[in-house]
Amino acid sequence: MPAIKYEYQNENMKLIKSNSITFGGDNKQMPTNQLFPETWVDSYADYLFNYAVGRVSDAEIAKDLVQETFFAGLKSAKNYKGDAAERTWLIAILKRKVIDHYRKINSKKGKAEVRMNYNASSDSEGDWLEEQVADPFSNFENDAIENEELGLAIHDCVSKLPKKQSMVFKMKTIQGMSTEDICNELDINPSNLWVMIHRARTALVGCLNQNWFEL
Amino acid sequence: MTSCEKAAVICNKAQYNEASFLDKLKLRFHLFACKNCTVHSEKNAKLTSICEKAKLRSLSEQEKVLMKEFLKKES
Repeated sequence: MPAIKYEYQNENMKLIKSNSITFGGDNKQMPTNQLFPETWVDSYADYLFNYAVGRVSDAEIAKDLVQETFFAGLKSAKNYKGDAAERTWLIAILKRKVIDHYRKINSKKGKAEVRMNYNASSDSEGDWLEEQVADPFSNFENDAIENEELGLAIHDCVSKLPKKQSMVFKMKTIQGMSTEDICNELDINPSNLWVMIHRARTALVGCLNQNWFEL
Repeated sequence: MTSCEKAAVICNKAQYNEASFLDKLKLRFHLFACKNCTVHSEKNAKLTSICEKAKLRSLSEQEKVLMKEFLKKES
């Protein structure tokens, strides 16, 4: 009896195995990701911009890098295989652009050297080499990393909002524009604006609850 | 007594420092009585604080339009 059972189990396993193979085959035929370059600026510009600012610490350079990324994306759109999502693909290009940027500004050999200058404002005596080492008890660096990730998580959620709501939210919260200016620019009345802000904020709290920590 | 809808509007205005003193007073009274709005108000304030903490940046609409034009021209 046990021998038959064993065979039976084996049969089952074969069955499962062959099933998974056909499933895998189906997977390959599934429609893959596609590129929609005309929506790039609206959908990803802010996300990429935040990513770049975190790495080059200069808004103007970051803006140029984002633009170059879109441009490079357009040029190599035919090489896009559809394995990664659109944004992941663009981020990968942006990463190369950031590296290229640092290569460019460090192109002269001398600039590539690591120089340690003793802080001119303090006394030049003492264990200066030891003082250059990062403080192991400092939370500052972790905070910076965490805040950058938080910023990207917020932008991710903002990009999921309806276009007008995300626009109003960005103008009000990020660019700090006054209610009056926004109303003039978008041709809406203040109560309309506050309704949109309310909806955007409620949706954001819900989204961040899923993608970040409990609010 | 202020309605929950009005309280929500005041709460949102308060996040951008645009609520008047009287509005804030009304909101306080409402929150004293309404538990749901208290929860909402706390979450809303938390959202404001994390938005500040994250030092969000974005490109202005104008910059985006310029970027779009550039890409259209180059492609």
